[in-house]
Amino acid sequence: MGSRASSLLREEDIEEIKKQTGFSHSQITRLYSRFHSLDKGENGALSREDFQRIPELAINPLGDRIINAFFPEGEDQVNFRGFMRTLAHFRPVEDNEKNKDPTSGEPLNSRTNKLFFAFQLYDLDRDDKISRDELLQVLEKVDVEQKMSIRFLH
Amino acid sequence: MEKINSFLSFKKSTECLCARVECKILRSHLLREMEGAWEIAFVLFQVWLSIVVGLIVLPAMFGVSLGFTDIYIKVLVKTLEWATLRIQRGQKEQPTLPSQSANGIIEKDDGSMEEEIGELRRSHPKNLAGGDFTMCDAFYFCKKGIENIVEDQVTQRFTSEELASWNLLTRTNNNFRYISVRLTIIWGLGVFIRYCILLPLRITLAVIGLSWLVIGTTLVGLLPSCNAKNWLSDLVHITCYRICARGLSATIRYHNKENRPKKGGICVANHTSPIDIVILANDGCYAMVGQVHGGLMGVIQRSIVRSCPHVWFERSEMKDRHAVAKRLKDHIADKTKLPILIFPEGTCINNTSVMMFKKGSFEIGGTIYPVAIKYDPQFGDAFWNSAKYNMVSYLLRMMTSWAIVCNVWYLPPMTRQDGEDAVQFANRVKSAIAHQGGLVDLSWDGGLKREKVKESFKEEQQKMYSSMIVGSDFHEASVGPA
Repeated sequence: MGSRASSLLREEDIEEIKKQTGFSHSQITRLYSRFHSLDKGENGALSREDFQRIPELAINPLGDRIINAFFPEGEDQVNFRGFMRTLAHFRPVEDNEKNKDPTSGEPLNSRTNKLFFAFQLYDLDRDDKISRDELLQVLEKVDVEQKMSIRFLH
Repeated sequence: MEKINSFLSFKKSTECLCARVECKILRSHLLREMEGAWEIAFVLFQVWLSIVVGLIVLPAMFGVSLGFTDIYIKVLVKTLEWATLRIQRGQKEQPTLPSQSANGIIEKDDGSMEEEIGELRRSHPKNLAGGDFTMCDAFYFCKKGIENIVEDQVTQRFTSEELASWNLLTRTNNNFRYISVRLTIIWGLGVFIRYCILLPLRITLAVIGLSWLVIGTTLVGLLPSCNAKNWLSDLVHITCYRICARGLSATIRYHNKENRPKKGGICVANHTSPIDIVILANDGCYAMVGQVHGGLMGVIQRSIVRSCPHVWFERSEMKDRHAVAKRLKDHIADKTKLPILIFPEGTCINNTSVMMFKKGSFEIGGTIYPVAIKYDPQFGDAFWNSAKYNMVSYLLRMMTSWAIVCNVWYLPPMTRQDGEDAVQFANRVKSAIAHQGGLVDLSWDGGLKREKVKESFKEEQQKMYSSMIVGSDFHEASVGPA
């Protein structure tokens, strides 16, 4: 049932997503099955309604804001690439992760990017501003790497 | 000139006549050959039917097993084990093949909201007045939310279970047949056996079983009410369900038969598919409860209610909960009537978990006999995904699976205790069934298959968090004497 969806995902796409997000091959295929099972309309993209169909997310007080984080400015659909890019923020940071391509920039799951994701939940009008003091406090004391990481199984 | 014309016309007419006669002879030849073919087909059909009846239907009706199914299952198990080994070998050779894992996608922390947020706030100085808000609280909700997007407890229950190893049916996995030639051959052989040998056999059995049900119950219905009528009605029902069970190659193991539901009681079970009824009714007689349908279903409903009382509701009656409860109460008050069979989940779930039991059945009173049904997914997926398949395609999928293997556990009877309301009682029964069947016990409503979560659940979460921000003193004050 799960692997049927993986036949729609091409090898080149998997390789690209692997480079961009750092997920392993099997993780990408399983997340693709999940994406496919959430996509009730079967049009290769998720809408806000698809997310809201998850009951545990619907009762989450920050549910709507989390869903918003998946959708780029002004758009109503998120494709698999976008889905994976957002999930990549939650990959655990690995100390021995060698940066194979020094020009590729900071990995998506770095501490800064994790904080930026959390920041977006507060910054509703997306003007990149919330109170400076409170943010500094958060930066200093919380183990962001651990609290904003999910253990993906291989 | 005239003579030639008349000769020519004579010639033409004789030619026509000859042609027509030839046609007739050819046609009668063909007909005879066709009749011959029809006769042969008819004879073959009769032979087929008598084999089926003699070797399958009759023993089934008397509950005797000739051992065919056991041998079949043993051969099947051996073949599937071989296939699994072959796939594992193939995976080692080609590491890019995705390995199917029955594990989840992520590993979750199972702490409560208070525990997790408490950990987050560890480094934050505690406010003496009680209650607090920190910006990092958002991390908890954020992580939980993303975890649920990747893997949640509810939506996975409405689709078929993923198997850890392939069982040679393409419906469970599309990619595996390209691993080796031998595997593909075995898979092809499997397709032939399932579609060309088993499917016609099973359809024949199903037709025989259902026709026998309709005819038998109508005949029994003509008798006046007496003990013999009840006995005959039970006989007709059980024999028919046994034939239908053979029609699915069902192997059912019943445990704890001493707890079988008795008359005047209510039998509740977890619901996976319409076949649950056939599974349970193979070992006892129940009064069915349900909505009146049209079509074939309606014909069956009308005929079986003639031989013994079942409870059928019109669509309009279903909305009036008091009327429904009253009819069921009257039914169980009469100790000569069969126990009612109810599926309190209200919808089909994929047999990995038990979802919320609707309290309606638990308000009627009487003794509840819980039953746990667990299907073995290796041989065939019994779950009816009503969003994806209608009844006919579902039954065809059932009949082209390998077999239906399941375990049925009869649990000791339960009654509502003092101080326990219907919801608590329902949850108690649900836990017992989940525990026995090795299923996950969820409090989510099966109705979430089609509907959205009620706002009240979201409000509960908000209340829980706000009591953490606002602090316990304030909370106690607001919960004072109402």
